[in-house]
Amino acid sequence: MEYMLQIMPSLLSGLKMTFGVFALTLIGSVPLGILVALALKSDIYLLRWVTNAYIWVMRGTPLLLQIVFVYYGLSLAHIVTLPRFEAAVVTFILNYAAYFAEIFRGGLQSVPQGQYDGAKVLGLTRWQTMRKIVLPQVVKIVMPSVGNEVVTLVKDSSLVYVIGLGDLMRAGNIAASRDVTLMPYLLVGLLYLLLTALATVIQRRVETKMNYYR
Amino acid sequence: MLEIKNLAKSYDTRTIFKNMNLTVNDGEVLSIVGPSGIGKTTFLRIVAGLLPANDGEMILNGEALDLTGDRTGAQVGVIFQDFNLFPQYTVKDNVMLAPQLVHHETKAEAAENADRLLQDLGLTAQADQYPFQLSGGQKQRVAIARALAMKPGILAYDEPTSGLDAESTERVIAVIKQLQAQGVTQLVVTHDLPFAEAVADKTFDFGTDVER
Repeated sequence: MEYMLQIMPSLLSGLKMTFGVFALTLIGSVPLGILVALALKSDIYLLRWVTNAYIWVMRGTPLLLQIVFVYYGLSLAHIVTLPRFEAAVVTFILNYAAYFAEIFRGGLQSVPQGQYDGAKVLGLTRWQTMRKIVLPQVVKIVMPSVGNEVVTLVKDSSLVYVIGLGDLMRAGNIAASRDVTLMPYLLVGLLYLLLTALATVIQRRVETKMNYYR
Repeated sequence: MLEIKNLAKSYDTRTIFKNMNLTVNDGEVLSIVGPSGIGKTTFLRIVAGLLPANDGEMILNGEALDLTGDRTGAQVGVIFQDFNLFPQYTVKDNVMLAPQLVHHETKAEAAENADRLLQDLGLTAQADQYPFQLSGGQKQRVAIARALAMKPGILAYDEPTSGLDAESTERVIAVIKQLQAQGVTQLVVTHDLPFAEAVADKTFDFGTDVER
């Protein structure tokens, strides 16, 4: 018990980093994912091609590799040198936006054509149709899949250790190897469970709230 | 008054119809009949502005309407076979939405109009319900109220009796007659001949009155 209290401060500071990566990724990748999903449905061939290529690369390579590439690779190639945290967040946003875009694309496809027709004969513009009719329905449709991604993101955030960021996992690693005990890992696991439980509770609340219609 | 002149629609080499001419006078109910699969719904979607025509003109109350599929505005009120109500809005909000967004009515104006329309159509009790809570006949009347809220030049129905029981069919006949008495011009696409007979002033037979 005493030992737990002793390592708690360093774990909590790691937790802060984990939460920072998590929250910023979510804030950045959801809107970007919506834009990419809309671009996938664009009439412009080049835009569709570029977004498809982007999704292919982001989903087709390991996130770990992408983090290394953005942090070290872009710097070595003299393109841009990002600080560790920024590099991590940018990579996470780009990666998760690709997954979210695919989820939103599926959501957009499951809104029946009749909804677009109904809006059009009432004189709604394309943008009004999206904002007032289609997107609210998409949000409800995609919520379970988005919740799934959010839980994955909580755990994926541990990958930032590769560029030396002091997140929860790394704090646990340091304590475990310094004190030659597995106790820190147990605590780390519990803290991740708490985070994902919180995410799940929020997701369920949102889903319940949207259940007022079918 | 709706006038359709020389309307034609084809896909590649397949002609659905051509040289189609018809007139619906103010306050008249015209039914368009014919067997399933003959192009009635295609015709209705062209009238609604959802599909482009290959040729022809459509003049509603003196205004030529776009037939390229890019029409803006709500000159033709459409009651779809599946109604296409917006599931996330209440009955009243379904009716109030477009007048506010398109005609820039204030919320109070839109609400007043919606209340009146819902009352006319016997839907006051359903105003705060969601579409999934309604029967087929009720959904259809919401769709009618929603279309009328935009003050269209004509109302067009696609197969209004499909999926309705006898009682609801009687009700929709009564509604169409009630609207006719109020001077609403209506076009009814249907394969249900007894129904067409019951509501229409004139009948246009899609099987024999168009060229292919």
